[in-house]
Amino acid sequence: MSTTTLAPAVSNPPARVADVWYPLRRSAEAVLVPLAALAGAVGLFSVFLLALGQSPLDFLDLVWRGAFGSWFSVQNTVQRASPLLLTALCVAIPGQLGLVIIGGEAAIVLGGLAATVAALPLIHTAPVIVWAAMAIAGSAMGAFWIGLSGWLRAKLNVNEVIASLVLSYIGLALFNHFVEGVLRDPASLNKPSTYGIGDQNMLDTVPWLDVHPGMPAGIAACIVCWVLIYRTGFGFASRVTGGNIRAAQLQGLPVTKLILTACAIGGGCAGLAGAIEVAAEYGRANASLNAGYGYTGILIAFLARFNPLAVMPMAILLGGLGAAGGLLQRRMGLPDATIQVLQGLIFVSILASDTLYGRFRWFQPRGTA
Amino acid sequence: MTTAIGVEAVGIGKHFGSFHALSDVSLKVRPGSVHGLLGENGAGKSTLVKCLLGYYRTDEGQFIVDGREASIERPADADALGLGMVYQHFTLVPSMTVAENLVMSRQNVPNIVNWRSEIAGLKRFMETMPFKVPLEVQVGSLAAGERQKTEIVKQLYLQRRFLVLDEPTSVLTPPEATEMLGLVRDLAHSGALTIVIITHKLKEVAAFVDEVTVLRRGRMAGSGSVRDLGPADLTAMMIGEPHAPKNPERQGIPSAEARLVVSGLRTAPDAGRKGLSIGSIEVHAREIVGIAGVSGNGQKDLVEVLGGQRPAESGSVTVDGAPYRASRTESLAHDVRVLPEEPLRNGCVPSMTVVDNLNLRGFDVGPGKSHRSWLDRAGMAARARNMIAAYGIRTPSPSAPIGVLSGGNVQRCVLARELDGDVRLLIVANPCFGLDVKAVAETRTRIMAARNAGTAVLLISEDLDEILELADRIVVMHEGQVVHEMPAKGADPQEIGRHMLGQH
Repeated sequence: MSTTTLAPAVSNPPARVADVWYPLRRSAEAVLVPLAALAGAVGLFSVFLLALGQSPLDFLDLVWRGAFGSWFSVQNTVQRASPLLLTALCVAIPGQLGLVIIGGEAAIVLGGLAATVAALPLIHTAPVIVWAAMAIAGSAMGAFWIGLSGWLRAKLNVNEVIASLVLSYIGLALFNHFVEGVLRDPASLNKPSTYGIGDQNMLDTVPWLDVHPGMPAGIAACIVCWVLIYRTGFGFASRVTGGNIRAAQLQGLPVTKLILTACAIGGGCAGLAGAIEVAAEYGRANASLNAGYGYTGILIAFLARFNPLAVMPMAILLGGLGAAGGLLQRRMGLPDATIQVLQGLIFVSILASDTLYGRFRWFQPRGTA
Repeated sequence: MTTAIGVEAVGIGKHFGSFHALSDVSLKVRPGSVHGLLGENGAGKSTLVKCLLGYYRTDEGQFIVDGREASIERPADADALGLGMVYQHFTLVPSMTVAENLVMSRQNVPNIVNWRSEIAGLKRFMETMPFKVPLEVQVGSLAAGERQKTEIVKQLYLQRRFLVLDEPTSVLTPPEATEMLGLVRDLAHSGALTIVIITHKLKEVAAFVDEVTVLRRGRMAGSGSVRDLGPADLTAMMIGEPHAPKNPERQGIPSAEARLVVSGLRTAPDAGRKGLSIGSIEVHAREIVGIAGVSGNGQKDLVEVLGGQRPAESGSVTVDGAPYRASRTESLAHDVRVLPEEPLRNGCVPSMTVVDNLNLRGFDVGPGKSHRSWLDRAGMAARARNMIAAYGIRTPSPSAPIGVLSGGNVQRCVLARELDGDVRLLIVANPCFGLDVKAVAETRTRIMAARNAGTAVLLISEDLDEILELADRIVVMHEGQVVHEMPAKGADPQEIGRHMLGQH
């Protein structure tokens, strides 16, 4: 073969029109994929219910009524969602840096304990002082506890999942040690508790709306965190670090400082949740604080893809499921763990749905060659 | 020994959605020849090869292997026909011996391997090979050239009769590349197998290839015998323009002022490799110092130390006389910029938008280098628009994640970002790795322009041609040490190659 052929030169393609709808489609993808995952989880759960001989439609109807059907159930949902807003932030903020912190449960109980301890010497001053002291002590404790996991990660390169999980066990053990030991009110017989902060220092429900006082605090925290992550240099640097730590290092970003700060902010939120629970619900620190809010927060943060604004609807959703639990138990005779089965299915399908991103051409930018 | 087979592709078409990766591409490879497959990045070379090897299914056209129409639907079909490929990046397991790697690669490895008979069989096989590789040595301890030979031996061991080599010399020194390509050509001409070489390097094409097929934008741009085609014809076919890109022009001479001084730098050994032990490297203003070396001789560690990704054990790095630890404050104060190798992996956040990635340097910098706490989103978008226009970055939208851009456009983004504004010191690592001819010329021109404007440039590259073209001074690294230093003008590639291999 010694002939030489030269095909005509291909002319340059015409300049492409910018794909103006792409950002919108990208947002749509971020909303639709978790929704599809939720639908998938509900589908799997229906199979589970059918196997138990129950009707999935009855189940959905009861969940709706138990969560949002009456003013009472709405209040119940909000009451459960409020701490979830803050414990989800405990996962979502470090999550922006690519860290998976699962120790929110310890941050909430230790935050509640620290808030109670800070309140006790002040109970005869003004409630405002007590509340301020509780908020500061609770947040500081949570920040310290989650900050420990961050410090282990940043300084010693310890896997933060393991560190926060183990520290969570240690935190719960410490909590029990204090509540059942030196801080125990001898009058609390069958449920060991600390001394109370006094009825006059309890937080009332929000005026006019008559909902749990943690709600405005949680919503405010979500909005502040969203601004922090998407509108400030700190948030930008955090997202760069989470997206590609090598690029962050090359840009000279203070990775250690960012990790510590993000963990402290997240832990502070969870600690604040503990303080609010004590001030609004129990009046003292006891095992009621250890209600699994820290763990459900992990689920919410993943459902929200670590976006603080998306945490809000997801917390309401999961709070509603929790609120409907009692009704389901009574009406359908389902065991208490049923809701946990559903939560587990949601978590697994959310994690699995991560592989769906980028799979559908419709969401992709047009005109890349 | 096996006998070579010919392969013909007729009217191959392959599209991904609306994007036509290949349309009506035909290729004829004679048995026992060395065929060059040329083209820019994204021209469709790898798509064509992947179709042939069964990783993709063609939408149109057919392959004729050894004179018979062949339906290749999965890699196993290609395997059965004796078609094989040597990838750009090595696929041998470094912690296993050559013999273990060879046996492991076979389809039918018995559950219990009788090593004595396997080794005996391998020795008999090796007798028939035109070049030898040691059987009982760990692959990790072989030099790059030896490893490449082992990859080829592995393909022959697997009874391949048609072999695709993807950029086979990109990790080799010039003497190694010459030796390896010579061996491959002799193998082909002996009739043992047919070779297709995917390459950018026109010098290698001229010296070792019999015939070429050139692709451009998924279409045939031409084909023919190398004897009839000059480098100018080939370049014209590859990029569709009659003129080859010009070498960037060097203006002015290096100043006496040392911008970057590295002295007594040591790092800890890492994963069995020696750490750095650098006596001294100086880079002056308006000077490009090229660091040459075989991959894995400490160049990467040096870039990581200078970029703040790896701590130094001892020694000092100073910029403009002040100690430099690559913090954001220091790099901003001294205008130090880094063009890392593999820019998407080292210099970008793939999930963030093009706008965000173009602002990684500047998002927290206000007027007059002041610190900014709130993002100036309008300012970021405007700066990004300017960079996109100035560097001709092709992106579907400024708010597309940078991960969807092609390699050349990612590199343009990083160039735009790192060369924006005043640059006093630029650290560059393998800037043209994996880029097409046009993007390579553009990148080199930008680097040379920065130098001409007075920037001190430290260029770390595994491509000796690049160093010879750009550098004012050449430093050779071997096993973490600076082993040789010379002016670039009149430097002899063969001599540099010897120093790169540790023969001083």
